[in-house]
Amino acid sequence: MTLNRRAFIGTGAAMAAALAAPAVRASNHGKPRVIVIGGGAGGATAARYIAKDSKGEIDVTLIEPTRMYYTCFFSNLYIGGFRDLSSIGHSYGTLAQSGVNVAHDWATGVDREARTVTLAGGAVLPYDRLILSPGIDFVEDSVSGWDVSAQNKMPHAYKAGSQSELLKAQVEAMPEGGRFAMVAPPNPYRCPPGPYERISMVAHLLKEKNPTAKILLVDPKEKFSKQALFEEGWNRHYAGMIERIGPDFGGDNVSVNPDEMTVDIDGVVEKVDVCNVIPAQKAGRICEMAGITEGNWAPVIPHTMQSRVDENIHVLGDASNQGDMPKSGFSANSQAKVAAMAVRGALLGSNVFPAKFSNTCWSLIEENDGVKVGASYEATDEKIVSVSSFISQTGEDADLRKQTYEESIGWYSGIVSDMFG
Amino acid sequence: MNWKHDRFWGVLATVAGVGLATPVVAEQQDARIGDAEAGKEVYDLCVGCHEVGPDAGNGIGPHLNGIFGRRAGSVEGFRYSKGLSREGRLGMDWTLETLDAYLENPKALVSDTRMSFDGLEDKADRDNVLAYLRQFSDSPQNIPESAPTGRAREVGLSQETLAIAGDPEFGEYLSNECTTCHRIDGTYDGIPGIVGWPEEDFVIAMHAYKRKIRPHPVMQMMAGRLSDEEIAALAAYFGDLE
Ligand SMILES: Cc1cc2nc3c(=O)[nH]c(=O)nc-3n(C[C@H](O)[C@H](O)[C@H](O)COP(=O)(O)OP(=O)(O)OC[C@H]3O[C@@H](n4cnc5c(N)ncnc54)[C@H](O)[C@@H]3O)c2cc1C
Repeated sequence: MTLNRRAFIGTGAAMAAALAAPAVRASNHGKPRVIVIGGGAGGATAARYIAKDSKGEIDVTLIEPTRMYYTCFFSNLYIGGFRDLSSIGHSYGTLAQSGVNVAHDWATGVDREARTVTLAGGAVLPYDRLILSPGIDFVEDSVSGWDVSAQNKMPHAYKAGSQSELLKAQVEAMPEGGRFAMVAPPNPYRCPPGPYERISMVAHLLKEKNPTAKILLVDPKEKFSKQALFEEGWNRHYAGMIERIGPDFGGDNVSVNPDEMTVDIDGVVEKVDVCNVIPAQKAGRICEMAGITEGNWAPVIPHTMQSRVDENIHVLGDASNQGDMPKSGFSANSQAKVAAMAVRGALLGSNVFPAKFSNTCWSLIEENDGVKVGASYEATDEKIVSVSSFISQTGEDADLRKQTYEESIGWYSGIVSDMFG
Repeated sequence: MNWKHDRFWGVLATVAGVGLATPVVAEQQDARIGDAEAGKEVYDLCVGCHEVGPDAGNGIGPHLNGIFGRRAGSVEGFRYSKGLSREGRLGMDWTLETLDAYLENPKALVSDTRMSFDGLEDKADRDNVLAYLRQFSDSPQNIPESAPTGRAREVGLSQETLAIAGDPEFGEYLSNECTTCHRIDGTYDGIPGIVGWPEEDFVIAMHAYKRKIRPHPVMQMMAGRLSDEEIAALAAYFGDLE
């Protein structure tokens, strides 16, 4: 067999173009227009790939309120003291230079009928295809006693930046022998190992500066990702420091009082010095405003990441309900490339290849003690399914763990240059 | 529902079906384990002995919540046959493969099993009931390392593997999966650069990962799902890149 795929693809693409070309293009404009809402792992990647691969044939506008995107990935390493904050902040200059029109504003409305997006600044922008990758917002009242107005007293640090700085400063200011508590989120939430990597990094910081301090992990879930690896690492590196209260002991019945700095676990009130509340999560609010959510998330067609409610909209990353991929930066980046290809196929009739997805999540447990979990995925009509997975093993030697950590540093520099250019 | 893309995918599948290109046919196969709804009916054969779902407990047989990825013979409070306990001690886990073999003929796996069940001869029935049961084990969305919820398409090694002329344009598309980790500017930063790697060396290395001769788990996973043609395309693309 040589290149019959080529011939086949040619045919497929021609049909794709015939079938999927939009009936109407946005207002009197020569080039098709794509608007991307959210310049994070999904949105920045999608904007960059569409601009790059369409070689100027598609107008790409990226809407993102912040001028500096702080990656949640590696924000735990910042808390642990392994990165400084500036190393996880990225601006949009290179994206702008590579042909993406970057608008620093909030999207405040989507008119699906008229195919326009309204910005907080008042502009109304037309689109042929809209890509939504707004990440997460928090479910109100999911932790009784906590709301966003309490996030300075009890930070979530589940959107990176000032929240990460605040949490780190609070941990560093804990009194000798003080108590740190985390209220972990229910499924599904972004970055399944994220809360547990954070516990590790807080423990690392305390071990250095405040070794008699204690960590209380209140968890509504029976189990969590990489559990055996984390528990082995906590025993090895931070013996006696971390206590986890799962649902068997009331970890699923929690309320907090930010003014008193107390956590009520199934009727037992604990006074703490720092409380990291990670609430239940839902798709970024703009999805709900666009009317494309079902429950907390926006359902999508796995082959193209198109909204099941509106085929002119693609939803990426954390906000989407696609099936079995974890909500991670790696996943969002992987989904963005599939969507970028589908969008180019639909608007320009370019080649559309079958979707492939993958994910790997690295976590750092202690200095040079890195672990990872990963899987590959395929699209079915119903959902994205996982087809193979792997995970680091307990008892691995120190060299391998160090190599795994070094690999994560390589991944970080790879993905941010894949997102931002 | 009238999604344009559904028609598109339908067409893709039809075209592939008439035999233009074998690897593409393979890619168009549904990766699902089976049809969970149909599997619920097949499960009627099991309900007399096995409970599954919220509040399921042990009955004549152990409950089946969390069966995927579970060590054989390991549900607390259930008395297993000697044979099944032994398989568990020897390290047998319930996976898609072991469950499929067990359902086809329980005695093939455990000689003195107490599960008095003749077996499901029909592969589709087994696939469907396994798809149904899979819903009651950990979700990979929350626990990424949990058992797969689908089956990877089969990609076989062909004779002419090394002779396949790679298509660099196709390779460029496929390379999107590589550049999440391997920097496209070729710098080494914990992850080796792959830009400008001689084509033939690239092909040999990728096949070594695919056959799990080279040990890296991420690369084994990535290469494991690439067809020969895809490896050739990637080699052509990266080989030419500067
Ligand atoms: C502590 C922690 C550690 C993590 N570690 C890892 C890791 O190691 N590896 C990994 O792969 N993932 C990790 N993640 C997960 C990862 O950060 C997310 O899954 C990923 O960022 C999701 O990408 P996204 O594009 O969906 O959303 P985001 O990256 O959150 O991007 C959303 C963007 O949309 C913008 N936005 C929202 N609403 C609007 C609006 N109305 N108008 C305009 N813009 C808007 C926001 O400002 C934001 O910049 C971690 C997460 C956390 C919290």
